[in-house]
Parts: sequence; C-alpha cells; structure tokens
Amino acid sequence: MHPYKQYKALVKKEILLELRQQHALYGIMLYIASTIFVLYLTLGDAEAETWNALFWVTQLFICINAVAKSFLQEAKGRMLYHFSITGPTTFILAKITYNIVLMILMNLINLLLYTAFLGNPTSSYITFMGISLLGSVGLSLVFTMLAAIASKAMQQASLMAILGFPIIIPQLLLLVRLSKTAFSEIFKGGVPMQMVMLLSALDISVVLLAVILYPFLWKD
Amino acid sequence: MRLAWWKIASIILLLYAVVGGLLMPVPALSQLGETIRNLYFHVCMWFAMMILFTVSIVHSIKYLRNSDFRHDIKARSYAEVGTFMGILGYITGGIWASFTWADPNNPAYASFGSIMREPKLIGAAMALLIYGAYFILRSSIKDMDQRARVSAVYNVFAYTMLFPSIWIIPRLLPSLHPGQEGNPALNFNDIDARMRIVFYPAVLGWTLLGAWIATIKIRIELIREKNILSNEK
Repeated sequence: MHPYKQYKALVKKEILLELRQQHALYGIMLYIASTIFVLYLTLGDAEAETWNALFWVTQLFICINAVAKSFLQEAKGRMLYHFSITGPTTFILAKITYNIVLMILMNLINLLLYTAFLGNPTSSYITFMGISLLGSVGLSLVFTMLAAIASKAMQQASLMAILGFPIIIPQLLLLVRLSKTAFSEIFKGGVPMQMVMLLSALDISVVLLAVILYPFLWKD
Repeated sequence: MRLAWWKIASIILLLYAVVGGLLMPVPALSQLGETIRNLYFHVCMWFAMMILFTVSIVHSIKYLRNSDFRHDIKARSYAEVGTFMGILGYITGGIWASFTWADPNNPAYASFGSIMREPKLIGAAMALLIYGAYFILRSSIKDMDQRARVSAVYNVFAYTMLFPSIWIIPRLLPSLHPGQEGNPALNFNDIDARMRIVFYPAVLGWTLLGAWIATIKIRIELIREKNILSNEK
C-alpha cells in the first residue's frame, strides 16, 4: 500500500479506536474538569498573571495524560502487527497527527472551562486562543516522542514526567511569555513574531527528529 | 608509564592555568576584586561540560549507526564526566556568587533564594536534569541492547532540545549573570587581553582533563564488559 494511504488508515484507526474506547477520552475530559474545579474552589477569580501560569501548567499535565497513553496502550502483539504492515516513519507521523488533533480538542475544552470557571482576564481572547493552539501542537509533538521513548522502559508513566519536564520547560517559558501579548503587555516591535517563529522552528525540528530517530525505537 | 601527547598537554595547560591564573596580572575591578580569577575555573567547567556532552552525543549517533556496544559505553562515560563538570561549574559559580551577588547585610538564605532564581542558573540546571533523566532512563531498562538504543535516542533528542534552554531562554529573561548579549564568554571583547592568554589555554586544559577521566572510565567499563564484547565478534 502507498505510504500516504497507510498514513491515512493509521490516523483513522487511532480516531476510531478512541471513539470506541470512550472511557479514555472521557477520562481525560474528567481530568480537565476536576482540575479546573479544584482551581476554582481554591482560587476563585484569578488575576491575569496567575491565570496564565495555571493555564499552561494545566495544559502540560493534560498533555502528559492524553499523549502518554498513545504508546502505553499499545500491547506488544499489536506493535508486532504494526511492524509487519507499515513503516516506522508512517507510523510515527500518524501518531503525531492524531495526538495533535487530540491535544487541540483538549486545549479547546480546557480554555472553555477556564473562562467559565476562572473568568477571562485576556484582552484579546482570539490571540490567546491562537497561542494556546500553537502551544498545544508543540507540547503534543514533544510528548509523542517522549512517550515512544518511555514505552520501552519500566514505570513508563512516571518516567515520562522525568524525561519530559526538563526538555519542555524552555518551550513552556516561551509560551507563557508569548501569551502575555494577549494580556495587553507591550512588547518591543517584532518580538512576539520572533517568538512564534522560534516555537514553529522548534516544532519542525521535533518532527524531523521524530522521523529520524523513531526507526531506531521501532525495531525490537 | 607513557602518556599520550594530549594528556601531557593537559597537565602543562592546567599547571599554567592554575599558576598563571593565580599570579598573572588581571584588571582591577572593584566589583570583582581578585575573584575575577575564578573565570579560569568557573567558565571553563561549563565549556568542558558542553564539549563533553557534544562528544557523548557523537558517540550516541555512532552507536545508532553501527550498534557497536563500545560506543554506548563511551556515550555514557562522557555524559557522566560532563555532568560532573557541570556540578563543579555550580560549585565554582557558588563561590563567585557569594562574593559578588550575596548581600552580607541579609541572612544567607535570602541571598540564596534570589540567586537560585537566576535564569541562567535554571538553564544550566535544566541541562543537568536532562542528563539525570538520561541516567534514570538507562537504569530502568533491563535489556542491554534496548537500553543502549533507547538511551542513545533520548540523548540525541534531549541534546537538540537543550539548546533553546541554554542559549535562547536566558536571553529572553532579565538576568544579573554576565554575558547578557551574545554568547557568554565567546564574545572576543568580553575578556581583557591579559586574561585571554590564560583563559583559552585553561578551557582546553580542563576539557582535556575531562576527556582523560572519561577515557579511564571507558577502559574500566570495557574490561568489565569484556565477555559481552568478545561474544559480539
């Protein structure tokens, strides 16, 4: 089969799997809802700075939970099956695509609940939404790769956090800083655009690394 | 015992760096005083760390290319010595900071708190945490081949992601640490000419010393894993 067709079939398979095993999807939604509910009960209406920081931390944890299972749920037998029908590049690209879609969905739910419970301190909601989407793409890319690495080791879930946090912090810092444009903080002209370019460049390099490195994780 | 030329060079360069570093003239800055000589130690540690990490990743790539177990041992040893150099960099930095940044009028913990918030320190901590994670990853995989392969992949991935944390992030955040614009210590005009003649040899000397320690570790490991290695051939 042509790699592109394989890729489409794999993405479709992931989505179908998610829709049939709904408990996982609802599990993450419940996770988001309960986190934000706790935040609301302990914090009430948050100030802009706190709101921004908490939003990104929540986003990070959602990403770990949502993306981690993409590799952890793959049983040994199923990986062997994938191995026999498709190539590593197609497989990892399909995983990445699916995780981006999942993370964007979770991001929108997160944003919606944040505004509902913790208020809306942004001055430009659309800008913030755009930045959060860019951020969720970056987060899901990095954690897809890390999930692939962690799935080879023991105690996968906790290992994901250990491997991931030091790597993701620079990106998270950039995102927190960039989102301040949406809170009417004045930047030097061109700086926000520079940061967007930097984040996009990071995203592209993660995809390239995944394509180059995943084949080595693939063979067992 | 015969020593390779670069080991002799390391000894000579370090002797020069320590003796010259403590005796040769330096610019008199009231802010720094004689602690300016710490440049020959503190900055060199970070240089050595980055160079050793780079050597480590080169060996990881080599391992991925030909699955020779020796490269895995080398990658690990260089990463270990690099981490050690990073810790030494922190210690020498601490000595420096206690003179230049710490306020004697405040209790020590207050100064400590504000120094730890320094973005460049956090960036360096990220680097060490990444390699900490690398060692944890290694210890959590039982199968030897898989351990070597997975940790090599993580090494390459993490090293690439490390660059933003060390080179880009500190520039975005305000910082007291020197080297705000451009690459710290790489800028030719940052350092006085009298110091440069000691500084560059010192960087080379410390890096060579790190490489020396790593080669000894590698030799011990190679002897320990002799059975596996000879079975491979």
